[in-house]
Amino acid sequence: MRASSAKKPLQLLLYAGLVLAAVLRLDLWLWTDPTRVLGLPVGMTYHVVYCLAVAGLMWLLIRHAWPTHLSVEAERGEQREDAE
Amino acid sequence: MTLLIIALYLVAVLSIGLLSHRLFRGTGEDYFVATRTIGPFVLLMSLFGTHMTAFSILGASGEAHRVGVGVFALMASSSALTAPLVFYFVGTRLWAIGKRMGFLTQVQFFRARFESDGLGLLLFIVLVALVIPYLLIGVLGGGLTLTQISGGQVPSWVGGLVISAAVLTYVTFGGLRGTAWANTFQTLVFMTLGATTFFYIVHQLGGLGAALDHVEAIRPDLMIRGDAIPPLKVVTYTLIPLSAGMFPHLFMHWLSARRMEAFRLPIVAYPICVLIVWVPSVLLGILGHVDFPDLQGPAANSVLIRMIETHAPDVLAGLLAAGVFAAVMSSLDSQVLALGTMFTQDIVQHYGFRDRMSERHQVLAGRLFVIGILTVTYLLSLVAKTSIFSLAVWSFTGFASLFPIALAAVFWKRSTKAGAVAAVLTVAALWLYFFLDGWQVPGYTVGGSGVMPVAVLFLASSVVMVGVSLVTRPPSEEVVARFFK
Repeated sequence: MRASSAKKPLQLLLYAGLVLAAVLRLDLWLWTDPTRVLGLPVGMTYHVVYCLAVAGLMWLLIRHAWPTHLSVEAERGEQREDAE
Repeated sequence: MTLLIIALYLVAVLSIGLLSHRLFRGTGEDYFVATRTIGPFVLLMSLFGTHMTAFSILGASGEAHRVGVGVFALMASSSALTAPLVFYFVGTRLWAIGKRMGFLTQVQFFRARFESDGLGLLLFIVLVALVIPYLLIGVLGGGLTLTQISGGQVPSWVGGLVISAAVLTYVTFGGLRGTAWANTFQTLVFMTLGATTFFYIVHQLGGLGAALDHVEAIRPDLMIRGDAIPPLKVVTYTLIPLSAGMFPHLFMHWLSARRMEAFRLPIVAYPICVLIVWVPSVLLGILGHVDFPDLQGPAANSVLIRMIETHAPDVLAGLLAAGVFAAVMSSLDSQVLALGTMFTQDIVQHYGFRDRMSERHQVLAGRLFVIGILTVTYLLSLVAKTSIFSLAVWSFTGFASLFPIALAAVFWKRSTKAGAVAAVLTVAALWLYFFLDGWQVPGYTVGGSGVMPVAVLFLASSVVMVGVSLVTRPPSEEVVARFFK
């Protein structure tokens, strides 16, 4: 079964989130800032938080945009080829 | 005591490989992809352990020692974003196609998708050539660790030899199941011991704040990215982890998944695993300036081991060194198995030797091939005098630049054999050109612009793949129907 049309806007929103995540990786405003935040230089703290945010985005992706149809087709195709 | 602990660790890993042999079902599919029975947790540990190598432990700390905190933004956060996306968009699709059609190797997939034996052979040669520097990182890392931890008593050639022999033994007996189990154990070991190392050494240095203050006083440039890591470099570096989409050893682990749902845990947990490994590596590399402010060039690769040796008691030092060994071997094993599988399946069997050779002799041929490749790698490790980080980046650049071919094969029906062949040849030619131009230049970028060579190669590969596909005969309807159900 393909992702239903009702899911599509959310799926597209999540894909847009991925593009935004790629853009936000370039934290130009922290390039020369040595301030410590949470014990680390802020340029590193930002990327630690960034990794956690990416994990959250991935969770949303597998929950709301999982390509179930691939799995179903693989199982069906394997059974068909076994039968042949 | 330290060497005894490392020896015990090697025995433990070998036992896991030998134990898994008891579950061996005696078929090629069981040896090469564990009969596609691997669950989510072992898949996560296998993928992560295979992907992270001496590069992310010794290489990352060495590079951070040279250029500072920016290494984390450069490499770790790009892997945290890109690698799970490769699993999500490409890994799941290749798993589905592999399961449906019974593929065991990457070359089998590309050969069938583009209906070309020539492309299969070309890819085999290019992939093997690109795996060699990757193997070299592991052999170098093993040698370096043993030499440093033994206070120079054990020469580096012994470390490289020990690590190669151990990996070869348990891969030979355990196949993919043994490799996946050993990887799971080793990944847990290096993640746990990495965190332990970090907290212990930071405590010894008087706490993180005090240690960072000390380094900032002598090297303030290490607390920022500044000129050492220009923004263009960070942007173009994002392409490097796309190499995950073309690593033969990751492809092999994808195929081993029991169900597609097994990919869910690796996709979500990957960025967190990256944090667990890279934060300690990068910070310890920087904090190394407290004790070793003058390490230059390849010597910086040893900063982590030097700190373990200086600050940890004997037993802990042995355990921590075993953790480094774990990181190195958990990559080497999968690479070795992937090479053996490719040679057996894509050369010996595909080119009809199976009619002339018994199954035992085919497996023997695969093992001899792996021994040959490991021997070449080992000999190279005796003369290589390069940074583990830069060696890895050159290898990843080649794999990442081949990724457009995988992307086109999976998503673009109109992509053709000629397009794929032209893209592989373009990557091979440009990779050689840039490698010869810059392999001895630390932090090499194209013309000093900040643009990594991977950006040029990736763009050229994409343009050639699309352009040549559009002007050549489309793939047969039968292939489109089989691959795009």
